[in-house]
Amino acid sequence: MPKHKLNPSKWVDLYADYLFNYTISRVNDTIIAEDLVQDTFLAGLKSAENFKGEAAERTWLISILKRKIIDHYRKINSNKGRAEVKMDLHNDGEIEGSWLEQKVADSFDMNAEDALQNKELGLAIQDCLTKLPKKQAEVFIKKTIQGMETEDICKELNITASNLWVIIHRARTTLMDCLENNWYKNE
Amino acid sequence: MSKKKKVLLVSCDEAKHICDKMQYGEATLVEKFKLKFRLMWCRATKSYSKKNSDLTQLCKEAKIKTLDKEKKVEMKRKIDGFS
Repeated sequence: MPKHKLNPSKWVDLYADYLFNYTISRVNDTIIAEDLVQDTFLAGLKSAENFKGEAAERTWLISILKRKIIDHYRKINSNKGRAEVKMDLHNDGEIEGSWLEQKVADSFDMNAEDALQNKELGLAIQDCLTKLPKKQAEVFIKKTIQGMETEDICKELNITASNLWVIIHRARTTLMDCLENNWYKNE
Repeated sequence: MSKKKKVLLVSCDEAKHICDKMQYGEATLVEKFKLKFRLMWCRATKSYSKKNSDLTQLCKEAKIKTLDKEKKVEMKRKIDGFS
């Protein structure tokens, strides 16, 4: 029986920021990174039937994203790059672009890559953020990552300042413990 | 206990709360003194304070970015439209 299931309706909430950070550290352009994440979700939907449940959902999406990133560099790269695309991808007569979407399966090996990815600080933090309750993650991201003012967050989420600090405290405590395991032990 | 000490004395929880606010530059001068005073002898506060500053530092170093709210809505719409 498969250990993991796909749940596309939750992909954006659960993985969009993680995939976005993964991409931006590799392509260094916000717009391109957004597009690649979007393409990854759509490619995931197209190849959903190949998902066997061996790898975690996010790991599988990352494997698609990796190929999207490679594809991106091949497209913008030199003639040499283009030649490689022709040689590697069209020798079985498939039309352009369809090589990926219909073929991405998942394998057990993919899970081992999760640990490797956590060696990137941004991803290790993202990973810990996904383990927080939704409200805590939302407040922490607004306050810490987006640098919003306390007053603005309180207004937007309809909470008091003391509520906010309690939430921040809980989030920070959980994150400290998580990073202790996820980051410092991996260093 | 002297009056001065009483003014500066805060509980461990309160000290942690001040420490949280300090990470965002939102602690007042008096609060900073209160925290410093507690840090002189409270191990739990000291340990929390150290980890808390480390977390702030890591978050700065990581340069984490988040997707726009509108972009996320658009992505959800496209995913829903696919199925």
